[in-house]
Amino acid sequence: MTSITTLSDATFDETIGSASEPVLVDFWAEWCGPCKIIAPILAEIAGEHDGTLRIAKLNVDENPGIARRFEVMSIPTLILFKDGEPAARIIGAKPKSQLLAEISPHL
Amino acid sequence: MSTPDVRDVIIIGSGPAGLTAAIYAARGNLAPLVIEGEPSSTSDQPGGQLMLTTEVENFPGFPEGIMGPELMMRFREQAIRFGAEVVTEKVTRVDFSTRPFGVWVGDPDVDEPTYRARAVIVSTGAQSLMLGLENEWRLIGHGVSTCATCDGFFFRDHDIAVVGGGDSAVEEATFLTKFARSVTIIHRRDELRASKIMQDRAFANDKIRFLWNSQVTEVLGDTSVEGVEVTDVTTGARTVHPFTGLFVAIGHRPNTDLFAGQLAMKPNGYLVTEAGSTRTGVEGVFACGDVQDDVYRQAVTAAGSGCAAAIDAERWLETQGHSA
Repeated sequence: MTSITTLSDATFDETIGSASEPVLVDFWAEWCGPCKIIAPILAEIAGEHDGTLRIAKLNVDENPGIARRFEVMSIPTLILFKDGEPAARIIGAKPKSQLLAEISPHL
Repeated sequence: MSTPDVRDVIIIGSGPAGLTAAIYAARGNLAPLVIEGEPSSTSDQPGGQLMLTTEVENFPGFPEGIMGPELMMRFREQAIRFGAEVVTEKVTRVDFSTRPFGVWVGDPDVDEPTYRARAVIVSTGAQSLMLGLENEWRLIGHGVSTCATCDGFFFRDHDIAVVGGGDSAVEEATFLTKFARSVTIIHRRDELRASKIMQDRAFANDKIRFLWNSQVTEVLGDTSVEGVEVTDVTTGARTVHPFTGLFVAIGHRPNTDLFAGQLAMKPNGYLVTEAGSTRTGVEGVFACGDVQDDVYRQAVTAAGSGCAAAIDAERWLETQGHSA
């Protein structure tokens, strides 16, 4: 069973730090159109990479602290965390093929 | 690879024009396929330009206004409710020289089209123009933005600028004052092109300033925007302003590259349609929305022409001895 983890300023460090697999964090907000377009694509990717990649989302509106720490200035921004550290960053909505091309080398 | 089934109607594009065409075609039992495009943070994407806008106040039926992305989600739901099939793919090639028409997604070099249809409705819209400066692309997402709704939030208490003088520029500037300490509209003329109501609102807003007769000639900054170089178009004088955000809203160009050599275009790239209809020069191919409108370019006119395209397509299919 795959699911998308919801992160917050309070749970971010612990979740990212203890994850055994890479975590792709989707920085998003309710008012962002392109974020809504990529949400179903991320759900698909989560389903296809069960066990090798975890997908998480962080609402920047409710959790500005983490967004600020990683200098997110545009959403959607996707950051791939590997061993707790950012390994790749994707800014803006992209097609699924392009997202996979940017993430795959790190998996 | 087997030859794909022939559809009655394929709609390319999913802004107000394409989705209204889909609603009408679906209700006419034509089971339209909508090829909605692929995600991007320019306005060339599913849902079209409204996906990047804030409050839409002039779409009839929403007296309180509605957010652009929400309006487009509703269009989409309505089309699907009546049986339109929507795929999140981007068309890479079309062949309008033989019937049924061929439409490709993915690799454009394969022989067989991905889809075939008796009629095609083109509603690929227009995308935002960028300034074309060296640092602009590098700093997208680091202070340069094409989407005020998406990114305004990150500029709380910043001094930022919006480039452009039309409705979108003034609307974005007004929206951004919710977050920014100041918003400077940089415009190459000495007056705005925006509608009167938007202008009045901007002039009455204490946080909005203006740089007239001015052109952005460079974006400065290493890892994020630290300043904007502005050239006065009358004197040629260059000044650097310490803006930390730059929103670009200088207009649009039609998404017609796909149809080069197949559909007639005006010198500015917009598709030509027969007066009083949505017919293009190719029988069975119809065009609606901003891709063929260089005059009005409104969500409601796009929707209106999408409705017309679906009706034109349906009637044309009937003359072809096809009954839905």
